[in-house]
This record gives sequence, structure tokens and C-alpha cells, in this order.
Amino acid sequence: MALKHQPLTVKLAITALAMFGFGFALVPLYDVFCDLTGLNGKTAVTAATAEAAQIDTSREVVIEFIARPNKQMPWVFKPEVTRMTVHPGEIHIMNYLAENPTGRMIVGQAVPSVSPGQAALYFHKIECFCFTQQQLAGGKNMLMPLQFYVDPALPSQFSTITLSYTLYDVTSAWRGDSAEPSQLGE
Amino acid sequence: MSAVVTDHEHDHEHHDHKPSGIKRWFYTTNHKDIGTMYLVFALIMFFIGGAMAMVIRAELFQPGMQFVEPNFFNQMTTVHGLIMVFGAVMPAFTGLANWMIPMMIGAPDMALPRMNNWSFWILPFAFLILLISLFMPGGGPSFGWTFYAPLSTTYSGDSTALFVFSVHIMGISSIMGAINVIVTIFNLRAPGMTWMKMPLFVWTWLITAFLLIMVMPVLAGAVTMVLTDKYFGTSFFDAAGGGDPVLFQHIFWFFGHPEVYIMILPAFGIVSSIVPTFARKPLFGYASMVYATASIAILSFLVWAHHMFTTGMPVAGALFFMYCTMLIAVPTGVKVFNWVATMWRGAMTFEVPMMFALAFIVLFTIGGFSGLMLAITPADFQYHDTYFVVAHFHYVLVTGAVFSIIAAAYYWLPKWTGNMYDEKLGQWHFWCSLISVNLLFFPMHFVGLAGMPRRIPDYALQFADFNAFISIGGFLFGASQLIFVWVLVKCARGGEKATAQVWEGAEGLEWEVPSPAPYHTFDTPPVIK
Repeated sequence: MALKHQPLTVKLAITALAMFGFGFALVPLYDVFCDLTGLNGKTAVTAATAEAAQIDTSREVVIEFIARPNKQMPWVFKPEVTRMTVHPGEIHIMNYLAENPTGRMIVGQAVPSVSPGQAALYFHKIECFCFTQQQLAGGKNMLMPLQFYVDPALPSQFSTITLSYTLYDVTSAWRGDSAEPSQLGE
Repeated sequence: MSAVVTDHEHDHEHHDHKPSGIKRWFYTTNHKDIGTMYLVFALIMFFIGGAMAMVIRAELFQPGMQFVEPNFFNQMTTVHGLIMVFGAVMPAFTGLANWMIPMMIGAPDMALPRMNNWSFWILPFAFLILLISLFMPGGGPSFGWTFYAPLSTTYSGDSTALFVFSVHIMGISSIMGAINVIVTIFNLRAPGMTWMKMPLFVWTWLITAFLLIMVMPVLAGAVTMVLTDKYFGTSFFDAAGGGDPVLFQHIFWFFGHPEVYIMILPAFGIVSSIVPTFARKPLFGYASMVYATASIAILSFLVWAHHMFTTGMPVAGALFFMYCTMLIAVPTGVKVFNWVATMWRGAMTFEVPMMFALAFIVLFTIGGFSGLMLAITPADFQYHDTYFVVAHFHYVLVTGAVFSIIAAAYYWLPKWTGNMYDEKLGQWHFWCSLISVNLLFFPMHFVGLAGMPRRIPDYALQFADFNAFISIGGFLFGASQLIFVWVLVKCARGGEKATAQVWEGAEGLEWEVPSPAPYHTFDTPPVIK
């Protein structure tokens, strides 16, 4: 009696286990899907090469900069200017001001998000403070640079790109190896 | 009382060896015992979850804070949702499956009776864990039954660990129950019970069981990720560590949308059993019902992101999920059409099961229509997270799933107990429920469209009158369910003896065994006409 049911029961149990695995497989699948489509507005986590791209002077794109520290992050964190008009292909440098008003060293990690999401595929960062964790001693401030260009292949429906950074306090998870202290402002 | 004594004598005559007293219920592997336990458990959970709804409605009776703290209010909305979904509706359907599926397909019992016992008995512990978490310092889970990250990771209390374990246990119980249903239906159908002769309740449950096996493990994965994010330093949903909170919503709704069909497909099966009986006509479009159920199940995997339109999505994605969602209206419409066509020129009578089934058809359709409104992406931005959503899912879950379960209880109660229930009390139960449930949920559409947000213990003064109506409806609906308990107890204790067929128009194997159904049925397979 029991043997009669065993093959099907085992198959169904394996299906359930496989679906448990599938739940976890959704995590990398989602990342890949987002990398390909820019669905979640995430920019690349590694530096883009500064290609000698054709500068498209025929059109302008407005870049808006938003920066905000996460609720638990005591740093002051803001961009030097809030908007900038660029031609696609031009390389620009933008500085962010960070200030640690507390008396202790805090390590921050900035996480970028681009809106509209699909424009993230065309926003290239040659150098960014968000690639590494940033440490700042208490009472100090620094300028954190971002070097970027907008891909001339940017579809014409995008005339404004908003780049938003949220800064997180990651001191508790800091291992000390990934962060390179910035020379600026020290 | 004489009925009970007769039952015992009856049992002894047939040499039904079962331990007496409490041991019978702990050790039982009998599908009828386990079905009864599931149903009683679901009823108890329905009242516990209902009591929490009463707290919510008492607080919302007037604007301002009256009775509870906002944190406790959030715990009530969260645990009310969890208990009603996982503790009341799903176990009630599993109980009906246990009782009815073997009898409907001519099987002597469920295929895996020991696992059946286990899948029931871990369930009370799951809910015990969930309920005691309410008494922890800082209170129980308060992030909504959808436990979105970071509410459940960064901002939750330590009761989250208990929540996660209780969801794990519920999931294991559901998966074992689903495996049992599938194996029973595949392997134990009586000779001659071909696929397309199976009653629709069996068909809908078979498809539901496959949905359960596909998505409950994904839920288990989601709660596990919440647990490791919160306690073990992973960053599945934490942006600071490279994760993405929106990913949580994708994983959750990949489970969550099929889950809502898990809670409605068996209801379709119940209504498809009841309507032909009381219309005294065979079901119109049997094959189309089967195909419609299967297409709803398949489509349910392609629509999850319609819960997430406001997270920001490319237009192509929004359109895909909008059209797929609207496509579900087609097979659902086929079902409603078939039920109405079954009644067309039927010799209808209106006993309590039929009344609840009719109310199901009308009110579930209203819930379906508000679902279509929510599916319209641009309009959803207005409706999202308002009471309109609350109205929608209570129409499909209370007047849909719960009404179907009540209808099923009235329909099969004479088969279970051997006694007819009190028709007059049952009609009182029906009319009180029907009126109060609409007083309760219909005005929610209006306050929702006007912008009242869900899960908030206070509201703007302009919503005061509507909320007072809603709360009164809520209290009346809660009180009406006490009539149901009265009917159930009265019927279990005695009453007019039921015949084997019970209902004049009833057809199917379960109506060929005596009432009450003997402890063991179909030890030798029946002959299928």
C-alpha cells in the first residue's frame, strides 16, 4: 500500500524542495534581470571606462542630484549643486559634501538609485565614492567625488535623470579592508 | 443524546477499532476524524481572528485614539490577517478536502494517513507560537500580514523570530496536506472514476494542491531570508548591503498571488457542487469549469506584480501585468456564467447552503469587479493601500471563501452528523450575515476611493460616519456567526434524521453512503456508473 504511493510522494516532495530553492534563486535572477533592464534603477557597482565617446552637443540632459542620509545615519550629506545640464558624452565631476558631526568614527556606504529606472543603463560612473565604504572620523568633513558621463545612446524620451544617493551607517559591519580613506578634506 | 448512544452502538457493531477519549484524536489516521479536527480548528481560529477584527473596528468606530495603542492596533491587523488566511480559510478547506475527497472518489481513506495526522497536529503549535508572540515585550508582529522588508527586518521586534517559525510550520503543514491530496486523487480513485468524471470539488482541490506545492516553499524561503537579514547579517533586502527591498515584494507576491487562488479555487468547487443540487440540474459546462480552473491557476503565476504598481515599473512591465490580470476575468467569467446557466430553468429551492452559494456568486463577483478596477495600472495609484483594497479582498475572502465554507458546512453537515440542521436558525444566520457583511464591507469602497489609508488606527474626520456604519456592520457580522455555532452544536447533538441522499437533487458517491457517514467508507471500491 505504502509502496504504491511512494514514487509520487517523493516526486511531490522534491518539487516542494526545488521550489524552496527557487525562492532563493529569485535573488540572483532578479539582479541579472535588473542589470539587463535597469528595472530597479540601480547603476553599475563597478567603474565604467571613460570611452572617448562622441559628445552629442545637439541635446541637453538635466541631471538632478539628491542625497540623503538614512534615518540611523548621523552624517550631513549633500551634493554641491542640485542640478546640472550636460551634453551626452561629456565627462563631469560632481562633489558631495559629507560631515560627521558626532564624536566617533563612522563608516558610510552610499547606495545609488536612478530614476527613471531604465535611464540607469545609460548613466556611467567612471569614479564614485559609492564603489567603496567611506570612513570619517568624528567632527571631520570631506568632499566625495563622482565622475560620470551620460551615454550618447540615451533614448530621446529621457530629458531629465535623477540620481539619488542614500547613505547608510555600516560601521558595525565594517571590516576595514574595503574602505580607502579619502585624501580630500582631511 | 440518544443519537450519540446509537452512534456508539453502531460503531461497535462494525468493529471500528479506535482508541477512546482524547487518544482517539491524537492518534487518529482516519480522514473523517482529521477532517473534523481541521474544521473545528478553523472555526476556533475564525473566532480568534474575528475577535481581533472586533478590536480593529472598535478602535475605528470613532476618529482619534480610543482603546488601543497604535502599535497594538498594528499587531491586530497583522495577526488578524495571518490567522484568517493561514488559520481559518486554509485549514477549513483542508478539512473539507479530508472529509469529502476520499468519499467523492470512492477511496477508503487518504493515501498517506499518518502524514495526514502529522500535518494537522503541527498546526495548533504554529498558531500557539504566533499567539504567544503577542505577549512578548514589545508585542507581536506588527508589520502587516505581508511583512514587507524593511518593516519586518530593520524595524521589527524580536517576536519576528517566532513569526518566522510559525509560518514555517504552517507551510510544512500545508505542503504535507497538499501532497496527501494529490497522491490520494492520483492513486486512490475507484475503478471507473476517470479524470473527467471527478466532482469539481475534487478537481479544484487537485489544482489548489499543486499551487500549494509550488508557492508555499517560496513563502518559506521569504521568511527565512527575513530571519537571516534580521539576525544573521545577510542583506537580501537591505540596500546598504547591496540588497533590494523591492525584491522582497517580488518574492512575497510570487507566493502571494497564487495564494489568493489557493483560497478561492476550492470555493469554486463547493459552489459547483451546491448549485446543481438545489437547481436539480447537472452542472452546465463541466469541462469548461475544469479548464477555467486550470487556466486561472496558470495565470496566477503571471500577475504578481499588480500588487506592486506603485514601486515604479517600466511601462511595458506595468502593461504586461495589467493585461494578464484582466485576462483572469475571462475564466472567472466562464465560471459565473456556468453557475447562472445551471440555475436557468432549474427547479430551484432555497435551503441555507443554496442561499450562501447564491450570495457567494453575487458578492464574489462584486469583489472580482473591484479587482478589475485595481488592475488598471493608472487607477491603482489612487486605490493603492486604501480601504478600497480592504473592501476588495474582504469581498473575495469573506463573502467569497468564507461564505463558501459556511455553505459547504450546511451542505455536508447532515452527512457528517446524520442529523438535519435547524433550517430556520440557518436562515437567520444567512440573512443576518448577508445584511451585516454588506454594511461592513460595502462602505469601505467609498472611504477607500475618498483616500482613507489602510492599517492606520486613526483617520480624518470626514470618514467618521462611514466608519461608524462599518464598525456596526462588523459587530453585527461577528455576532451573526454565533448563530452558526448554535446551529452546529444543535445539529451535532441531534435533530431530524437525515437520509443517505440528504438533498433531493444531490448526486455523487458521498450521497450513496448512509448518514452519518460510517467511520470507514468504501473499503471495497464502489461501482461507478
